[in-house]
Amino acid sequence: MSARTMTLTHAMVLGSFCLGFGILVAATDHFTHDEIALRAIDDLQNSLTQVIPPGLYDNNLVKDAVTVKNDEGKDVTVYRALKGGQLTGVAYEIVGSGYGGEIHLIMGVTPEGKILGVRATEFKETPGLGDRIDAAKSNWITKFTGLSLGDPPADKWKVKKDGGVFDQFSGATITPRGVVAAIRRGLEFFAAHKAQLVETH
Amino acid sequence: MATSYKQIVRDGLWDNNGVLAQMLGMCPTMAMTTSATNGLGMGLATAFVMATSNLLIAALRGYITQEVRIPVYILIIAAMVTLVDLSLNAWMHELYKVLGLFIPLIVSNCLPLGRAEVFAAKEPAIPAFLDGLFMGIGFTGALTVIGAMREIVGSGTLFADAHLLLGPAFKFLELRILPADTGVLVAVLPPGGFLALGLLLAVKRMLDIRAGKPIAMAGAHSV
Repeated sequence: MSARTMTLTHAMVLGSFCLGFGILVAATDHFTHDEIALRAIDDLQNSLTQVIPPGLYDNNLVKDAVTVKNDEGKDVTVYRALKGGQLTGVAYEIVGSGYGGEIHLIMGVTPEGKILGVRATEFKETPGLGDRIDAAKSNWITKFTGLSLGDPPADKWKVKKDGGVFDQFSGATITPRGVVAAIRRGLEFFAAHKAQLVETH
Repeated sequence: MATSYKQIVRDGLWDNNGVLAQMLGMCPTMAMTTSATNGLGMGLATAFVMATSNLLIAALRGYITQEVRIPVYILIIAAMVTLVDLSLNAWMHELYKVLGLFIPLIVSNCLPLGRAEVFAAKEPAIPAFLDGLFMGIGFTGALTVIGAMREIVGSGTLFADAHLLLGPAFKFLELRILPADTGVLVAVLPPGGFLALGLLLAVKRMLDIRAGKPIAMAGAHSV
């Protein structure tokens, strides 16, 4: 075989394998796509029910969502809890910066601006240290429930190390600091856009 | 070249263990062994990909030409990883939430590629499948032990959150060895991975010397 046909053979082999496995991956994507989208909605629904108590709404939280721009110009999807047409709470995602990058949290707030609940949904904090923000591992995150911008006072919305009221973890200060700051910003976001968030259509 | 099944099992689990003898797959070994449960999860996902990719490569080895074999192996391994990632996400979502983090990392592991090149490329499908499976189980074992060492020293627990990976029936595995907040932080940070691996390698060498086995030097020439 000449060098040219050799090269062609290798190209054909590589090309056929790419085509074959490409089709396999595409087929898997096709068969799993809808299911994965449903699971993502389930996950969202689950985290929403953790920050808005089930008794507070009779609507579909995932469907009743509005998009609001925050101060940095980013779109925030706000899920609204309604009972008998009355707004009982809103939930939205907030992002804090931790030791291992971004910490995604979801928080629920009453129309009066009190925290209904906060949960960490996605983060890469050090296992055994920073991951105690996860409700499955520690009850730390549940202590924010019932608090608001004025309670504790604004200058106390910090971890104890920085002169505030919230516990840090031994060996990990950066993670709780990031979470406390994110929650405070989340409450400020609510206060700034309250009129827009609370109005019912 | 035929390898006996007994030899395949022994090589995979101990003699030629992926981590402790071949010293391959160091990236997940360092990154994912902050706890025994994490090591176990990473190991199981890798074992599955290794068994299936070895099987496919051995079955298709007659069609793969020498010159393009490496890209073809990488293609097959990456396709298997994607397949596992998508299927778990769709149909075993609870498990995916725990393992999902580990699965894409398997592509960066050189152990599946190493076994494809030195074993699956030359052997029939069944032995290649078993080689992938037992290499994967040996890898799982090494990662779980390193994870356990780092977790006990660093966090004072063992198999914390194992029920998230294995189901509620395995809650009994979750132990607290040392009182809370007494852990030595460095063990769960990256240097702890090197220390634990070094200790484990020394233990394997010691046992092998005691058993009178020739000591295989790690490196490409020994695989």
